Amino acid sequence: MSTIADLPRQQFQSDANRTANDAPRRAAVRRALSNYQTARDRTGATFTDWKSARASAATIKHEAVNHLDRYLEEFEQKFTARGGKVFWATDSKQARDYILNLAKEKGVRSIVKSKAMTGEEIHLNEALIKEGYAVVESDLGEYIQQLKGEPPYHFVFPCMHLRRDEISDLFHRELGTAKTDSPEELTMIARNVLRRAYVDADMGISGGNFIVADTGMISITENEGNARLTVGLPKIHVALIGIEKVVPCLADLALFLPMLATAGTGQHLTGYNSMYGGPRQPGEIDGPEEFHVVFLDNHRTRLLADPEQRDALHCIRCGACLNVCPIFKNIGGHTYGTTYQGPIGSVITPHFRGLEDWKHLSGASSLCGACTETCPVGIDIHHHLLHNRRNAAAQKPAAGEQLLWKAFSFLMKRPALYRLATKFAPLGGLLHPLVEGTAMDPVASWTATREFPAAPQGSFRERFRAHKAAKAELVKKGGVQ
Amino acid sequence: MRVTLFVPCFIDSLYPNVGMSMVHILERLGHSVDFPEEQTCCGQPPFNSGYWEEARSVAVKQIEVFKNAEVVISGSGSCGAMFKVFYPELFHGHSAEAEAKALSAKTWEFSEFLVNKLGVTDLGARFEGRATFHDGCHGLRELGTKQAPRELLSHVKGLELVEMSEAETCCGFGGTFAVKYPQISTAMAEVKCNSICETKADYVISNDSSCLMQIGGWLNRNVGSVKCLHLAEVLASR
Repeated sequence: MSTIADLPRQQFQSDANRTANDAPRRAAVRRALSNYQTARDRTGATFTDWKSARASAATIKHEAVNHLDRYLEEFEQKFTARGGKVFWATDSKQARDYILNLAKEKGVRSIVKSKAMTGEEIHLNEALIKEGYAVVESDLGEYIQQLKGEPPYHFVFPCMHLRRDEISDLFHRELGTAKTDSPEELTMIARNVLRRAYVDADMGISGGNFIVADTGMISITENEGNARLTVGLPKIHVALIGIEKVVPCLADLALFLPMLATAGTGQHLTGYNSMYGGPRQPGEIDGPEEFHVVFLDNHRTRLLADPEQRDALHCIRCGACLNVCPIFKNIGGHTYGTTYQGPIGSVITPHFRGLEDWKHLSGASSLCGACTETCPVGIDIHHHLLHNRRNAAAQKPAAGEQLLWKAFSFLMKRPALYRLATKFAPLGGLLHPLVEGTAMDPVASWTATREFPAAPQGSFRERFRAHKAAKAELVKKGGVQ
Repeated sequence: MRVTLFVPCFIDSLYPNVGMSMVHILERLGHSVDFPEEQTCCGQPPFNSGYWEEARSVAVKQIEVFKNAEVVISGSGSCGAMFKVFYPELFHGHSAEAEAKALSAKTWEFSEFLVNKLGVTDLGARFEGRATFHDGCHGLRELGTKQAPRELLSHVKGLELVEMSEAETCCGFGGTFAVKYPQISTAMAEVKCNSICETKADYVISNDSSCLMQIGGWLNRNVGSVKCLHLAEVLASR
């Protein structure tokens, strides 16, 4: 009984079957993330008080997200005063069309791009390549994923799932380079390709980590220097940024830059932190001649309209929630089938791409709360998964499941019936006939991999009753109490 | 003190020893233990599945049952969190909101109640063996319970407590998640149980029987030698 709407869920289930059984890959991802955790703990400890830093960050983002109109316009005014251009894209098509038209108008042939999840979100590379532009990803991890023809596995660590020998094989196959086990040599291979790409490119495309309203600048943080070259060398630059990335003032970065580095990679600060305020100014010797900022809404305002989950727009895309998520660690990033993987992706994707098709991601969580605990800007991530579940059930209840919960509540509202029923059948058996043999059968699902506890002799309430009776008997006989 | 026990449905039916151990411990401390028989389930299964209307109809009954209780003690961090954290949200803007908040305020997780309300850390328990402690996520992150069970266990004579590397990692139970996404749930159980086994412990102790059902379910299928015990069962041992 499959419908098209079921496809992302079915794909998720079958990909999860495969990835959850891939023990070596799971172990490698766990090892990598355990190293991250060690680094993060060490760096986090250098904050005088991480908790208050987190509270401040949440307050600042709350202010920014709740006054997007004011701060984005402030940015636009400052940025355009220096000759920059701002385009407000309602959806992915508008954003793509703006960039495609710009490239066409300026006679662009080749494009170099630094890491931008917004680019993934609007499928920018596919659109550009389809129109005949050569596009090269300049972030090493993104470059590897581009060569591999795969989307990023993790929105901060795009190729964290790949082993060194797999990367070497990929380079050998795609670039004809000799196989090597040395990370330095692998990096040099990519560097040789990429250096040429910067020089050849007519246009650079980047994302942006922060939009700074009071100075009209965008902030980009990175570790490879590739974003600097992407912005600095080509004549035209386009930064594609989600509208939620805004912070009110430059001083806020004193908190957010170390916070993003700590939560994202366990660094005090990333290797390169740049601020861009527009195109090359008179008298300056470098920088792009044209600088465009594309503000991407693409349903972010839909999330903004939801007061309960609006704080999900505080996200600074550090990826910490993925790094601590036991679901992510066991199924990996591709299984989600989304641009933004992990807990935050499971929260926001239903808002961006439709609850009905993406509600399963909110269900695929044990609600352990590790994500919320680690989030540097205090997003109530795992409770929002609960909210998505509630909204999904209200929007379109699953017939079989609703019946089950109605039967469940019917029973649990009637203590006498509950007592009678549990007297004759262990709890799991009570509602079992409703679902036996169906895909929802919890017993079969449980016992395929786990034992069910042995039914004890007598329930607690029976034992407690006997205990009370025995005590009363003692009192009657004049014994203790 | 008159202590009212909230014994969640699955503890009532599958783990009666856990409830009885709590009764013995509290009575030995001189408290009178009450168990209103009208209680059934906190409503967490439909709540977590998104069926809040159905959850509320069950929850409102529990609110009624515990209305006159002085304190309500739960042997499950998860079901305790349902009363303490999620009832106020579930009843937000509903007629029973004030009562839900009142129940929330007087609900305690068992180990927190002993250590932070009664101020008891040494129960005179004796239990021979090497054990590791699993933090149930709801107890740990919704209720903030971390030190209380360890404090209590540190006074158990004969018990050697060793921390596992993944103590705070979810076991993968997650209620209906365990059967809706069994492949992910099982992979999580495997990670958890491997971490337990690395400690060479004879026992894994937790303050949440639902986690122990998952951990025990995996261990009994795959390992067999490590036993699961609820904190109360260990603390009641003499």
